[in-house]
Amino acid sequence: MDPDVRRFKDNSRDAMANATLQSALHKLGHGFPLRRLEAAARLPEFEALRDQSRTIKDHVLEHLDIYLEIFEKRVIEGGGQVHWCADAAAARAKITEICQAAGAKTVTKSKSMIGEEIAINDHLEAEGITPVETDLGEYIIQLRQEPPSHIIAPAVHLTMDQVADTFYEQHDDLDPDRALDEPRQLLEEARDKLRQQFLGADVGLTGANMLVAETGSNVLVTNEGNADLTYSLPRVHIVMASLEKIVPTLEDATTILRVLARSATGQEMSVYTTFCTGPRRTEDLDGPDEYHVVLLDNGRSKLLGTEFQDILRCIRCGACLNHCPVYQTVGGHAYGWVYSGPMGAVLVPALIGLEEAAELPNASTLCGKCESVCPMRIPLPRMLRAWRRKHLETRRTGAVARLAMRGWAALVKRPRLYRRIIGLAVAVLGLAGRRRGRFRRLPLAGGWTDGRDLPTPTGDTFIDQWHRGARGDASGDWLRKRAND
Amino acid sequence: MTDSRAQILGTLARALSHKGRDPNAAKKRIEGHEINLIPERGAGDRQTQVARFTQEATTVDATVARITGDAALPGEIARYLKSANLPSILRAAPSLKDVPWAQQPTLTVETGIAADNDSASVSRAFGGVAETGTLVFLSGPDNPTTLNFVPPVHIAVLATADIAGDYESVWAKLRKDQAGNADFMPRTVNWITGPSRTGDIEQTLLLGVHGPHRLHIILIDETAG
Repeated sequence: MDPDVRRFKDNSRDAMANATLQSALHKLGHGFPLRRLEAAARLPEFEALRDQSRTIKDHVLEHLDIYLEIFEKRVIEGGGQVHWCADAAAARAKITEICQAAGAKTVTKSKSMIGEEIAINDHLEAEGITPVETDLGEYIIQLRQEPPSHIIAPAVHLTMDQVADTFYEQHDDLDPDRALDEPRQLLEEARDKLRQQFLGADVGLTGANMLVAETGSNVLVTNEGNADLTYSLPRVHIVMASLEKIVPTLEDATTILRVLARSATGQEMSVYTTFCTGPRRTEDLDGPDEYHVVLLDNGRSKLLGTEFQDILRCIRCGACLNHCPVYQTVGGHAYGWVYSGPMGAVLVPALIGLEEAAELPNASTLCGKCESVCPMRIPLPRMLRAWRRKHLETRRTGAVARLAMRGWAALVKRPRLYRRIIGLAVAVLGLAGRRRGRFRRLPLAGGWTDGRDLPTPTGDTFIDQWHRGARGDASGDWLRKRAND
Repeated sequence: MTDSRAQILGTLARALSHKGRDPNAAKKRIEGHEINLIPERGAGDRQTQVARFTQEATTVDATVARITGDAALPGEIARYLKSANLPSILRAAPSLKDVPWAQQPTLTVETGIAADNDSASVSRAFGGVAETGTLVFLSGPDNPTTLNFVPPVHIAVLATADIAGDYESVWAKLRKDQAGNADFMPRTVNWITGPSRTGDIEQTLLLGVHGPHRLHIILIDETAG
């Protein structure tokens, strides 16, 4: 899929008008955060494990070249091959070459963000090779020719009826009068269809949640078991992974696995966690004859030593998406490419250029929720601000906006003056709006009031209340209550 | 390809090498393979760990039975298949070929890799992890990987003596069994925590997408003496 990030604002407007999507996002925005909160509460060591996970990944990034060479050596010793690819085109060419050498007609594929990043499916199809997505959500959106809208829940934007319609249309060899009224029926149909594909595929293409340098293994985490049928049944297993997926040892991988599922879905552990090492052994009765790791850079190496290095700690759990007020409002498609939410808003400008992706770092309230739930403690708001600053430096922002920001900066750097002016504004607005209780239009804020009303301020400012000792409820009870609404 | 390799490693080295890092840090970390923080919840004596394992596995929709001695295995499997209304046909891992299957004449048992139409499989776990009710399987001629995923019903056999508190203990056991062997990893290590599931259709939880929709764990205590 080609990036189409420039349409972010239009996409967002469409997304907000889409009732089906809004209902799905509402459910997601309450369900995942609640389950994460409960999983964290069940594990007293959760916060300490987050600290350790961050430390492990920071250590890896400081020694990335060394660990990559160790990993490569171990893979080769185990009878596998490592293919270094500087960009998407190189990775696509290498994967196609391996598939062609294997005489592949069908390639089964388990969900991989790298696969999306390099648009491998389109490329394989153009070469006459049929790629089949096997994660249920990915399979559904592949049939509909849509990109994923969430890292771990790619079809979250669709209703059951939409899925049923897609199956009636695409599975045209089946009885058109069959019942597809329940999720279970849809699942059974997809399972049967995909089972035939698993058994017939020549190559299995997977991603990697991690690469273990010590053993030359790749780690795969799924709940469905599709990755396991993808690598164990075909003759060739290809792993697509970006450079930063490396961890030193099995013990280090284990620590990160303890925070991954809890952050993503609130599960204690995903159902299937798999460590693949090399091709099948001589005496083995099943497993692939060939094992290839396609290592993708695609701009990541250039982030090392910059203020964006920390994004390379990301383990793609999706927690920052689930908790982001912007993501919860517009969904993944609005972001226009593979990665969405706060991690996407930081990573995408690095991968496709700030020029192309400038909308994304600005699509944030900087509320800080993403950083507070990130298992790897990635300072996402800091990096979003860094992109904004860089964008300002390019001087592509309008003169009025720049002037306004300069004025604002001058004000907020003087807290006493700021409080006096805000206090005054609150008093004036409170007086002016006390009859209606809200403002439909405000001078200089037409863009803001187009979409909503400003409630009339009543009582004190936030800072006054804070000084008085008024505090919010951080227990999560409010979330539980909202989830049940 | 070689050019890409040199180019990528060159970019990394330029970005990182000035930091005065210890060139042996990576090697040392790998050789030491130190254990990081282990949560308390897996700790305790054997009975506590077995109870925790059972509780966690049951929470994620596995079923757990406990028997004494391999000889009781055919009876338990026949009971389970019957109670679940499943055919008495079984694909067994070669590691279980010495089990006295003939005791249960109604049970048809074949060993080997999984075939598409197999209705149930049984394989032997290398270890269990109390922390999350997770089973650990190693691939090999005795325990083909496909048995864990292809049939819709998977029966896992685990010695209670092989239940550990945490994943790290299972790694330690694997390293010890393969002492001195740099290639101590089999082709595939599977951690399995409950039966296959998805939430991909309207965020509704459904069991049994591509992997088994039932996971039955049989814990075996060794016979006395």
